[in-house]
Amino acid sequence: MRLEPIANPGLARRLAPPALAIAGSFLVASLLALIAGGNPFAVFGAILKGAAGSKFALLETLNRATPLIFTGLAVAVAFRAKLWNIGAEAQLYAGAVVTVMLGTGALPWPSLPLLVVIGVAAMLAGALLLLIPALLKTRFGVDEVVTTLLFNFIFLLFVSYLLEGPLKDPMGMGWPKSARLIPEARLPRIIDGLRLHWGFVLALISALVLWVINTRTTLGFEMRAVGQNAEAARFAGIPVTRVILKTALLSGGLAALAGFSEVAGLKGSLTLDLSPGYGYTGIVVAMLALLHPLGVVVAALFVAAIFVGADAMSRALGVPSYLADIMLASALLMMVLAILLSKFRVVRD
Amino acid sequence: MDLIDILTSAAFWAAAIRIASPLIFATMGELICERAGVLNLGIEGIMVAGAFAGWIAVWAGLPLWGGVAVAFAAGMAFGLLHATLSVPFGLSQHVVGIGVTLLATSLTFYTYRVVLPEVSSPPKIEAFQPFEVPILSHIPLIGPAFFAQTPLTYAAFLLVIAVALVLYRTPLGLAVRAAGENPQAVAAQGLSVTAIRMGAVIVGSGFMAVGGAFLTLSAFDSFFFDMVNGRGWICIALVVFGAWKPGKALLGAVLFAAFDALQIRLQQTPIGAVVPYQLFLMMPYILSILALVLMSRRAEVPAALMVTFNKGER
Repeated sequence: MRLEPIANPGLARRLAPPALAIAGSFLVASLLALIAGGNPFAVFGAILKGAAGSKFALLETLNRATPLIFTGLAVAVAFRAKLWNIGAEAQLYAGAVVTVMLGTGALPWPSLPLLVVIGVAAMLAGALLLLIPALLKTRFGVDEVVTTLLFNFIFLLFVSYLLEGPLKDPMGMGWPKSARLIPEARLPRIIDGLRLHWGFVLALISALVLWVINTRTTLGFEMRAVGQNAEAARFAGIPVTRVILKTALLSGGLAALAGFSEVAGLKGSLTLDLSPGYGYTGIVVAMLALLHPLGVVVAALFVAAIFVGADAMSRALGVPSYLADIMLASALLMMVLAILLSKFRVVRD
Repeated sequence: MDLIDILTSAAFWAAAIRIASPLIFATMGELICERAGVLNLGIEGIMVAGAFAGWIAVWAGLPLWGGVAVAFAAGMAFGLLHATLSVPFGLSQHVVGIGVTLLATSLTFYTYRVVLPEVSSPPKIEAFQPFEVPILSHIPLIGPAFFAQTPLTYAAFLLVIAVALVLYRTPLGLAVRAAGENPQAVAAQGLSVTAIRMGAVIVGSGFMAVGGAFLTLSAFDSFFFDMVNGRGWICIALVVFGAWKPGKALLGAVLFAAFDALQIRLQQTPIGAVVPYQLFLMMPYILSILALVLMSRRAEVPAALMVTFNKGER
């Protein structure tokens, strides 16, 4: 077989892939639910009800989507420049660590300036953490996939050390857990009484800002040029190395905001299970969104709904909630295949 | 305990060889893929799947070698998925690899929960027992370190020899290496680059899964969710460290495992009382990054690694 580019793919041909990929992942999940003894209709019904069936469920979905928007944006901006940042998990924890370091009483400031300083410092920490693998890539040609992956393990061990040592809560009854943030360092709720914090709004703003950067700035243009063809970009006079490093700073900073928002908005303290793999799920979110910043918001809501719904479904029907992870992994693979088939025709020879 | 005492004890080297064994299987698997031109980041998930598949097969009543075969088959299945997407369709090997890892891991955990819904701790199996090679195992130091291991460890070393022989001494090996260096030349010979690359990825993935199965069938006797714990990513670093050569990669795996065994022992010395244990646990990952940086200057990367081949294109 051979692949032949399609000159002018129509709108249907470009929009069909995401739809087909999601439909395909539902099909895979249906088969697996049947194997586990669950009726697919009951399973998806329970997922839908668990994700959006009540005010509580809906808010839970929005809360779960918040860190995924940040990590999804982090991955989307990096992948668009072909910087393979698989380390959003570590960068998320970097942001969380900084939030705890500055937010537990070290800075006795009023709320707004304190939150701004913590947010910026968290972004810096995440940015610097990704700068190391990015420099290893540009200086030594070391594949950033492997280094960012290895950094996830290294940084999580570092957090484990911090939580048992310098950052350990003296009142924590021996649990590896940080002290709680002071009230001024907490992201307030958007509406009193509703369990949804300003981190969600910050995530939406970040998506908008990234969309503006992508479409309206030189950096956005340069990042795309480097991603499409680094050699051609270099030939056209784009400082490729500097663009890659800037992309890394942006991506790492966005991922760190996920940690900031989770600690300051939701949890109030840091534990080793702050993130159930939000950094990795961000990859799926970004791919489902075709790397588009506003698409990331939609994809994150979809992915969060599947996760929240699957938890409820699992409690009700006994089908393991890992069904959600399978759906998303297969959606990711089918999505990349579908994108290809929207641009190329398979020819038999 | 003194450092010299540690390094001259047979128990230390026996542990190093044991720790190296799963890495050797998976590193050889990755090496086969990469020599053919395909980076296989599915390795981590495939090792998880292999660890589970081998273990659950033995738990269900198959003999130990049957478990190894089931693991190999499971690895080949995920290899087929990876190969189909990354070779004929030429999709990004990074994204496909991550996708395969996520899929293999979640499928494994799902199957575990479906098969064993109500268990708090996973059941144990009768794992491989050490087999003392006659005569050789009585050599001082070397004997107990190298020749009193489980059969699966001996298989790992035999695999290195087999991979080296096939790669460098057979037409098949030449075709695999050429597919990773100059696929156009392979196609000009009338051979199918697609078939060669797919075959390499499928077989390589099988060996990765056996590496995972070593953990459940030989190193331990049960399956835990986080037991692979980044070993797959370390193997990718080991392939680079070994400059894509089986012998050097084996040396790298053993050296690496020796460091790992050393850090475990150092934790029990006075140093371990001062230095936080997390620093010791970080060492394997830090070493992997250092190895990547050090070797980056003179690594002989297969020229067509991650370069897709579309017939008729120049």
